[in-house]
This record gives sequence, C-alpha cells and structure tokens, in this order.
Amino acid sequence: MIVLDGVAKTFRANDGSAVPALAKLSLSFRPGEFVALVGPSGCGKSTMLRLVAGLIPPTAGDISIEGSRVTEARSDTAMVFQAPTLLPWADVLTNVVFPLRIMGRYTPESEDKARELLALVGLAGFEKKSPRELSGGMQQRAAICRALLIEPRVLLMDEPFGALDALTREEMSLELLRIWSARPMTVLFVTHSISEAVLLADRVVVMSPRPGRIAEIIDVPLPRPRSFEQEGLHEFQDCAQRIRSLIFGNGGRRSGIA
Amino acid sequence: MAADVAELPEQGFTLPPWVREIVVPIVAFMLLVAAWEAMVHGFSVPEFILPAPSAIWTETTKIGWPVFYHTLATLRTTLLGFVASILISLPLAVAITASPLLSAAIYPLLVITQSVPKVALAPVLIIGLGANELPRVIVTFLVAFFPLVVSTTAGLLATPPELIELGRSCRASRFQEMARIRFPFAIPFVFGGLKVAIALSVVGAVVAEFVGADQGLGYLIQTSTAFFRTSVAYGAVIILGILGIVLFQVVELIERIFFPWSNSHEKMVV
Repeated sequence: MIVLDGVAKTFRANDGSAVPALAKLSLSFRPGEFVALVGPSGCGKSTMLRLVAGLIPPTAGDISIEGSRVTEARSDTAMVFQAPTLLPWADVLTNVVFPLRIMGRYTPESEDKARELLALVGLAGFEKKSPRELSGGMQQRAAICRALLIEPRVLLMDEPFGALDALTREEMSLELLRIWSARPMTVLFVTHSISEAVLLADRVVVMSPRPGRIAEIIDVPLPRPRSFEQEGLHEFQDCAQRIRSLIFGNGGRRSGIA
Repeated sequence: MAADVAELPEQGFTLPPWVREIVVPIVAFMLLVAAWEAMVHGFSVPEFILPAPSAIWTETTKIGWPVFYHTLATLRTTLLGFVASILISLPLAVAITASPLLSAAIYPLLVITQSVPKVALAPVLIIGLGANELPRVIVTFLVAFFPLVVSTTAGLLATPPELIELGRSCRASRFQEMARIRFPFAIPFVFGGLKVAIALSVVGAVVAEFVGADQGLGYLIQTSTAFFRTSVAYGAVIILGILGIVLFQVVELIERIFFPWSNSHEKMVV
C-alpha cells in the first residue's frame, strides 16, 4: 500500500520565488494496482512520481510504502524514465545489472536473470551490444529490464513510451501488461496519452495544473487481459471521454486530441 | 567520413582515399624540404643563419649517441611531468566537482598558477630545489596540468542530470556516483585534456632544460646555438617535433583501445 497523506511540493525558482508544483493531496494505491497519472504539462505528475520514488522530499505531508516512510530511494522501488538513460560506455547487459551492482545485490545468478528478462522483451542476442547500436524502442526495453531486474514491488514509469513512435508505443504497452500480469507489482504510470492510460490502468488519476491537484480518479471497468480491440467498447469510450472533458473542460468533445 | 564522401558520384578525376590521405601529404612534405634545400643553396644562405636539410641531417647524426641520450632525458622529464599532471589534476577535478567550497578555494589558486609565466618561474625553482630532475618535472607539470583540470572538471559537470537521477534512484552513494557515473562519462573530456597536456609537457620539459639542465634536447639547443651550430639546434627542434607527434598518437591509441566509446562522435541518446 502506497499512501500519500497531505503531500505538497513547492519548488524554489532561481529568483527565490516559490513555485507550487503540487497542492496538498491525499491518495493511496493498492498493492498490485496499475494506476495511470494523466494531465496536461505542469500538473505535477512527474513530481508525484519523484516524491514516491524518494528522489525529492515533500514540502509538506508524508509518503509511506508498506507502512514505512519514504525518505530516500528504496531498494524495492524502480523507476523508468522518459529517456532510456542507459550508460553509453557499457553494453546492454552491464546496463541492466547496473542497479544491482550499485546496491551491492549482484550475485552470480543476476546475469542469468538479466538474460532471461532481455529475452522476455525480445532483446536476446543484444546483450553485448552498445546502447547506441539499438533503436529507441530497444533502448527503452533495456531500461525496463533494468528496472524489473531489481524485482521491484513498486514500478514508477515517467512517460516511458513518450519518445517512441506510435506503433512501437502500442506494442510496448501490451508487452508491459504481459510482464505486469506475470509479476505482481504496483505500477504508477505517467502519460500524456488518454487512450494509453485507459488501456493500461485499473484507475486513472486525472490531474489539473497550477498548482497540480487531483481533478478526479476514474475506475476503468474493462476486463483483463486488455487488448486494442477494447478501444471500440463503449466503456472504453466513456472513460476516455470523461478524462478528456476533465482535462479540456466541456470543449473536449470538439477538440480532436486523443 | 572520407569513405562516405568517396561513395558520392564525383565528376572528373578522383584519387583513391589512401593516396589522398597518405601519399599526398608525404609528397607535399618532400617538396617543401626540397624547396628549402634548393633555396639555401641557390641564395648561398650561411649555415649559421639557415642550414639546409641535408646539413641538419649530417651535423646531427655526426654527434651520434649523445643525441639519443639527450632525447631520452627530455622524454623522461616530459613523461614524469605528464604523469604528475594526471596524478594531481584528476583528484583536483573531482574535488572541485564534489564541493562548491573546495571549488571556491582551489579555482583562484589554479588561475594564479596559470597567470605566472612558467619560463620566469623555472630559474627561481632551480635555485630553491637544485639543478636536478625535480625542478624540471615541476616546471613541466605546471605547464601541462591546467587544461587537464579544466577539461576533466567540465566532463564531470557535463554528466546528464538523467544519469545522476538514475544513480540516485539506485541508491548510489556520492562515491559511487562519482566513480561509476560521472567519471566514466567524463572520459572523452579527460582524453581531450590529456592530448593537450602531453603536447604541453614537451614544451614544459624544454623550457625547464633551457634554464637548468646538463642534458636534454633543450640543453642541446641552448649549447649549440651558443656556438653557432645552428644545424644541430634545428636537428634538436625536429626531434622534439617528432617526439611530440609520437606521444600525442600514443595517447590517442590508448583512448581508442581502452575507451572505444570515447572516440565515437555520435551523440548518445541518454
């Protein structure tokens, strides 16, 4: 259980003025839940993720995971960034085991597990390749393997597919669901894409900007396993439409933004 | 790069790449030497003003083994000064990056060492430390180390914030962040600095030998010009040039063998 209790975050700008990123909010995520965070730029989605990751401290309130307060990065929390963020000097396998080495949890079996994970995402045979020899989608798959190898109970994903083309993006979404169904963990998934949020998540947290706050939390009633065929179902359309109108106001129906 | 260009359809007469890259520069160089030789003989330039290449060769080789020992002495001072630069510059760069306080303390001192003309400092050091290897190595170090500190610091600071955040999300300690993320990232910058430093080390060694040495190519230049043996002085200058080129290439070779990612100029997506 991840609990955010009265959490607020204010950044200090270079000129000394205070910039509120997140207004006071309380929220909790159930273990094993897949939650998407959706909202326009500046609504504090990434800030919320970094708070849960323990990368930045909250200005007010408390964050706890499984009852213990988050004060720094935890060894059971993994993060996937928008960019693959692979070490350019290391090969793919070395990149995937990098967190284990840093945490001092590297064992002789780690490499086998890394190879298994790479095979799972279709990167078998690329272990010794340099990241620059991989396409953007392959690099991001390697980054996801790196996050999964530490066997996280909480996976934080900050627009992980944002830099990918539309086709790779859809393929990766389904792959992520497949991995998640095989390995139970709580996923917080930040995205700009409404249809991606509905396709993936059990619940969609819709946020609004300046300062970031929760507009509404929407339950997605679609059965699992999910597939792109469900996009045609009226439940899917209702959810997407509801999110769209929360973000764009009632004009959402007119705007053609997905 | 050259291969890509060669693939393009070109009009008229083209040379194969190996001819263009190897044969053309050699021919141009030989033409220059020949023109020099012809000019010296044609205008009857006295040898002590400008010796012909042939005179440089005969006069320098006539000395025999001592030239070799002078070269070894200069090489030794150069390498000792270069190694001292590495041993001091890299920790210094790490200290500057690690703490704003140390940075504020160290940077002005560095700038002062760079503002002092090292040629002026060399005789002063020799009075203090005696006419032995140590003051020469110190002068070489003082000439060579600054670019290495600056470029290494730049590399450590240029590490993308995404990689730093990755380290923090893996609970990396500050030491791990420096050793496993910042420093490897800075390697191409370090080698940029090393290439400047090795070239400057040769300069520093010669400057030191001018003022306080009884051997070395700098000493050879000094003594032979004193007796108007200009040919020998030119010979020593040419050996210094070759020494500089060889040492530079060695640094580049080390980079290419041990840090192959460093030389690739493709921009990594991180």
